[in-house]
Amino acid sequence: MAVQETTATSIVRDNGVSEILKRKPQTYWSMARTSLSRDKLTLIAMSFILLIGLLAIFAGTISSALGVDPYDTEPVNKFQTPYIIPYLEWRLGIDTTTAPTMLYQAGGTPHWLGTDQLGRDVLSRLLYGGRISLTIALVAAAIAMVVGVLFGTLSGYFGGVVDDVFMWFINTMTSIPDIYLLIIINSIFRPSPLILTLYLGLLGWFGTARFMRGNVLKVRSLDYTLSARAIGATDSRIMRSHVIPNSMPVIIVITFIDVGALILTESILSFLGVGVPPPTPSWGNMLYGANDYIFYRDPITYSMSALHLLILPGILTTLTVLAFYLIGDGLRDALDPMLKNKK
Amino acid sequence: MSVQMNVASKDLLAVNDLKTYFPIRAGVFQRVVANVKAVDGVSFAVREGETFGLVGESGCGKTTISRTILRLQKATAGNVFFDGEDVFAKKGKDLTALRRQMQIVFQDPYASLDPRMPVGDIIAEGLLIQGMKEADARNKIVQEMLDKVGLNPYHAHRYPHEFSGGQRQRIGIARALALQPKFIICDEPVSALDVSIQSQILNLLKSLQKEFGITYLFVAHDLSVVEHISDRVGVMYLGKMVEMSSREKLFRTPLHPYTQALLSAIPVADPRRKRDRIVLTGEIPSPVNPPSGCRFHPRCPLAIDRCKVDEPVFEEKRGGHWAACHLVERVGGATPDLQSHKAAANIAAVPA
Repeated sequence: MAVQETTATSIVRDNGVSEILKRKPQTYWSMARTSLSRDKLTLIAMSFILLIGLLAIFAGTISSALGVDPYDTEPVNKFQTPYIIPYLEWRLGIDTTTAPTMLYQAGGTPHWLGTDQLGRDVLSRLLYGGRISLTIALVAAAIAMVVGVLFGTLSGYFGGVVDDVFMWFINTMTSIPDIYLLIIINSIFRPSPLILTLYLGLLGWFGTARFMRGNVLKVRSLDYTLSARAIGATDSRIMRSHVIPNSMPVIIVITFIDVGALILTESILSFLGVGVPPPTPSWGNMLYGANDYIFYRDPITYSMSALHLLILPGILTTLTVLAFYLIGDGLRDALDPMLKNKK
Repeated sequence: MSVQMNVASKDLLAVNDLKTYFPIRAGVFQRVVANVKAVDGVSFAVREGETFGLVGESGCGKTTISRTILRLQKATAGNVFFDGEDVFAKKGKDLTALRRQMQIVFQDPYASLDPRMPVGDIIAEGLLIQGMKEADARNKIVQEMLDKVGLNPYHAHRYPHEFSGGQRQRIGIARALALQPKFIICDEPVSALDVSIQSQILNLLKSLQKEFGITYLFVAHDLSVVEHISDRVGVMYLGKMVEMSSREKLFRTPLHPYTQALLSAIPVADPRRKRDRIVLTGEIPSPVNPPSGCRFHPRCPLAIDRCKVDEPVFEEKRGGHWAACHLVERVGGATPDLQSHKAAANIAAVPA
């Protein structure tokens, strides 16, 4: 202890600066990272999203490796239950007949998660569907973020007439039911993932703008904004280098929660038949397709053989949305300096 | 400190009949129903090289004045001349150039530094805005300024949350100083700090003044701080200046009853010394609807009938000693006997 102290002082005396004091500064983001690394639940949610993301990106590779295609219909093989369970039973020696029979029926191609009403492979449809659903949600959330941050910042920063006009617009738009708007848009344009993305993005920024406006109102009244003006900073500079950086936590958290909500919205819209048009798979229209067959029973064994069509996309949607919400929540904690020391 | 010398020097800042109102809007059409008259016709001048102290209770408009002078707040009426130039007429590049000359140190050292910027960037931001493009030149000034305010060069890479209140205030001073301004407004720079740190910051401000010849407008509510640092002092009450004079005259022979009450409230560190404390009753009235006549009359222990109707003029009562009060005669030499006024009005002078 005593030795340490002497070295510390001698260093100070030597070059004026001790090594300890020269340490690399802890930036805001490095502190957030530290606090996040202690948050197990958020890390699990992040790994899950990463996994789903990778599966969606490599949907094509995985499908062709398994010898399946999301668009290949095979009516003979419709409503096959997931092959994975009998396969495990076969390998474990519990049931040695079911799995080989299923494999024979499917012409040698294992449908690991079963087939749908047209005999299409559910696993590859889920992978491709995930690609569509996630892309729509992420791109729409990005559009909503950019537009929302832009309008929210301008509205909160300038206040007055600008604020009034923007807020009136936002309030008016949010009071129109989305579904009606979508039905109108659907009757004008041919529904496609692109139209859906633009629609969700361009109508989804109102919440972001409101949150952003609130935060900007707070930041704008702080002295560092005044001091920036006192040294001659222009409005655009103040917004770029003070207001938006200081709103990053809000922006990030809202965007993540938005992604989750948008996956859900896409599902709901597809479920209602106004979303991604078939045969393009999305988690929502897979659920929609399964809707008519929930109580379908196999004509020979009389067992429920279409439940997986409902359960698999349902669980996947739920888990993904939940994971995005958890990430949003975890980031809120990690990015909030007031909560920093609680964990 | 050096009043005699300062009398000879010219006015660096002249504030003429400055008014800053904050409109209160109501109803669907956001009609202006009333105004908060935060600053309601204030005139004063700050001479080159001096420290002008501005004191008053919270809410009397001190901060609003300083922000209006710097064009951080829009003035309702009046004008401000800095170095002979009309501050409110400046636009674009001229305004940016003017901002270089006039800087501000804020009250709250926690709110005045952007938490997402390293200290070096905070200090250098003004230089960048003012057109110093080379990073090396900026860094050199940053290092120099950190040294001048008593911080270390390696502090440039740290973030504001790693500093104490006093250190943050030094960073705020370094930021203002980096632009080499002629004039700095110190908006209660020490009131958020510990007493022990206050004197360090005050001494730093004084030594910087000596080194760079900076003129200060020092806003505070703490009279002992103002007495310590100012050459001349102005006292404000409810958006108006009520008294202005050199520090010695103001603290020794205050003319306005409000100043007298304020001064009598300064604690004396000698328990044996008796002092007459003038206790003001009532709250400071609302600046939305200020009292008629003299704004101080509802709380003034000496108020006469005339005070209720007739607004006193802010005029030079003695040489260099201005006040706005009907009871203070405009005399050439003799100090007025306010004690006799007090006795006449039979007011409560409570022994401390």
